[in-house]
Amino acid sequence: MSEMNLTTPKMEKPTGLAMTMHQWKTALQTKTPYLMTFGIALWLGAYYLFVEGWELPRFNKLPGPVEVITEWLNPDPDWGMSLFTPEYYDHVTVSCRRILISFGIATGVGVPLGLFMGWSKVFRDYSFPILETLRPIPILAWVPLAILMFTGFETPVIFLATLASLFVTTLNTLLGVDSIDDDYFRAAKSLGSKQHHIFFHIVVPGALPFIFTGLQISVGVAWFSLVAAEMVSGEFGLGYLIVDSYMNITYVTMVIGMLTLGFTGWASSVIVRMVGNRMMQWRLRALALEGR
Amino acid sequence: MADVVQNTNVGTVPVKRSKLMIKLQNKSLWRGVVALIGFVLFWEVCSQKLYMGVDVPWIGKIPPPTEVYDEWKKIFFWPGYWESFYLSTARVFAGFAIAQLIGIPFGLLLAINRYFRDIFFPPFEVLRPIPPLAWVPASIVFWPTTEMSIAFVTFLGAFFTIVINVLGGARNIDIQYLRAAKSMGATQWDLFIKVILPGTLPSIFTGAAVGMGITWEVVLAGEMLSGGGQQGGGGLGFFIWSSYMGGTVAQVIVGMISIGIAGYLSSSFIRYIGVVSMPWRRLF
Amino acid sequence: MSATANTKGAISIRNLTKIYDPDGVNVMAVDNCSLEIAAGEVCMIVGPSGCGKTTLLNGIAGFHSITEGEIYLDDELLCGPSKPKAEQGADRMVVFQHGALFPWKTLSENVAYGPMVQGVLKKNEALEKAGHMLAEAGLGDVGHKYPGEVSSGMARRAEIVRALINDPKVLLLDEPYRAMDSLTKSIMHEALLEVYDRTKVTIFFITHDLEEAIFLGDRVAIMTTRPATIKKIVDVKIPRPRSYETLSSEGFRKLVDETKEAVHEEAIKAFEAGERELA
Repeated sequence: MSEMNLTTPKMEKPTGLAMTMHQWKTALQTKTPYLMTFGIALWLGAYYLFVEGWELPRFNKLPGPVEVITEWLNPDPDWGMSLFTPEYYDHVTVSCRRILISFGIATGVGVPLGLFMGWSKVFRDYSFPILETLRPIPILAWVPLAILMFTGFETPVIFLATLASLFVTTLNTLLGVDSIDDDYFRAAKSLGSKQHHIFFHIVVPGALPFIFTGLQISVGVAWFSLVAAEMVSGEFGLGYLIVDSYMNITYVTMVIGMLTLGFTGWASSVIVRMVGNRMMQWRLRALALEGR
Repeated sequence: MADVVQNTNVGTVPVKRSKLMIKLQNKSLWRGVVALIGFVLFWEVCSQKLYMGVDVPWIGKIPPPTEVYDEWKKIFFWPGYWESFYLSTARVFAGFAIAQLIGIPFGLLLAINRYFRDIFFPPFEVLRPIPPLAWVPASIVFWPTTEMSIAFVTFLGAFFTIVINVLGGARNIDIQYLRAAKSMGATQWDLFIKVILPGTLPSIFTGAAVGMGITWEVVLAGEMLSGGGQQGGGGLGFFIWSSYMGGTVAQVIVGMISIGIAGYLSSSFIRYIGVVSMPWRRLF
Repeated sequence: MSATANTKGAISIRNLTKIYDPDGVNVMAVDNCSLEIAAGEVCMIVGPSGCGKTTLLNGIAGFHSITEGEIYLDDELLCGPSKPKAEQGADRMVVFQHGALFPWKTLSENVAYGPMVQGVLKKNEALEKAGHMLAEAGLGDVGHKYPGEVSSGMARRAEIVRALINDPKVLLLDEPYRAMDSLTKSIMHEALLEVYDRTKVTIFFITHDLEEAIFLGDRVAIMTTRPATIKKIVDVKIPRPRSYETLSSEGFRKLVDETKEAVHEEAIKAFEAGERELA
């Protein structure tokens, strides 16, 4: 029997870049990326054909993709709004600033509130009914009240977005605390924790997954409410831009506004998710091991 | 030495208290009642204009509950009020139903068929972040009547939510169930009707509940922005907006509460249907 | 090398009765149960599922209150008529059925948690000690990993280390190896035996597996179905240290055969009663 070489070759851990390249390579070998490109092309193609190519009735009143993209990238746009005009960025910044403020307040108030409601049964017994009575009222129904209560344009708009976000965040945080297995509380108490230990070492980390799901939803809800408020009673902002261009029959700008809104909404969601992933390393790694 | 103890007592000692008695003795319930009463009192005190002409900030500008109650007693007998109620609810359910009819199959197709998903999911995901209300002006331009434009936006709002929920639910079905069914000789159609569809039902209902909330928001927005599109009523959104314009703020609050109730009832209705159609999920 | 005999951790359960009250219908889980556990003893509780074994553990640990009877720890009253619910504390550490390592802390942080929050050690001292103890248990390399990243066997061993670092009087284990395959289980058994030989801590171990009970325990108490009480107590006279070979020894096999029938009887009764697990 020949002697077998029993030493295994030394394996170096692959670098991050190498792994990414490998992932891309295997992905490109499947059909998926090509189909995805086809899907987008199909959609854009249909959009173009219906509106600009065949000029179908009703569709021809809307601007087509060619028109929108040429305008968007035009340094000197016909209707005054493109990636190159400062006004465009004014609207974007105004809306984003409002979202930042309302989301910030809603999170800053909603998360502690939800944590406390989950933590103390007495507090929850008193506050939950009030929350559940106010929550079914759609945010837009608050518009007249908001205009009455607060002066100016900014405050009602921010109030509405904050309110919508607040409900979602508080509820999800509350559910997050509820989701923590009883055994963790028991283990913590057996180990000799005092109340504040339990709050910071068990309640907060345990509720984090739900909190971040809630935050992603809440950012979407904030955008939704913000746009609604801006459309009804704003002076600047992407929602206002859309309504304004509609009133002025500059539909191209309107579509640009819509697409920009889609992009900012998506970007904010991604940012929240990334922050969540960073804060919940343990979950990422556990899920990775499960192959998800 | 082994200890042997005789088992003398009966297993269960039934001491039944009636369910009503248990509910009444529930501390949580009473605390909730106290909280709600407190809330209304707080509102009342803050909005009465008794403080030397200086209003309580913000809340001072709202009419107090007593005024709202008086207003509600009046409105209760207006046919226009109930018509608005009916109109809004009809719009909500219509848009909602269409969204379900199109959204559920679309979502299921996305989940089942690889190619379908790869082609149609990207455009779907690109359009999804755009808030439904941002579509309103475009919708008005496109559709011939205001009613249809509101219906379209309502549809959009619920559609995206439902599809995402259906997709998530279908993909989460444990593959064991599919394998078990196949090994028992299920055809593709069988698999679909007997495993995938029931397995996705919980997600469908979650999506429906969330979608219901969004639908209400959008219907309201549509009614407020475009004047209702009908004579004599025009929906609760129109009711609220015109009350605001007309300066009768107490009516606005009545409208708000009405919508809240309507929204709550519709969500409860969906939940009820969910419970009925998924008997296997009832807990003991 | 085994430690000198332990003088702490003697438990005395006297006439314990526990009645649950879900939805207004009283259910008697435990009925007039008495048991004496000596310090440093490994006491195994065997019985069919849902019979009330966990209720005993819950009473000792202080997770639930008791209805009648008393529990003493080293002649001090843990709970009784005047004090229906014992205080939870680090002298009676619990290892849970589904594992309760905090998923958001690494294994080292989990183990260091107890001494840290009790104020016994400062954070870096606790982490250092945790590192030592994990290494002793063969887990030195994985201290920096999260519970979700290690196998269930490793996690359960880490949980035991987390309990032991607090120098408890009693170690309470609630079917900790229930969800494991038998290969992992046998390794867990040897690990536990090794720990016991080192520390001689009193162990109160609940299981449904008779062979596991006889292999690990000094005494095995067999419980009846609900309402639970002690049906039979078996002394396991097999000498320590025990090992894998013990499982095939004549003495072991004889004990298993003698006790099997008693357990089987109760299992049939429980099955026929169709009881749902009392959680």
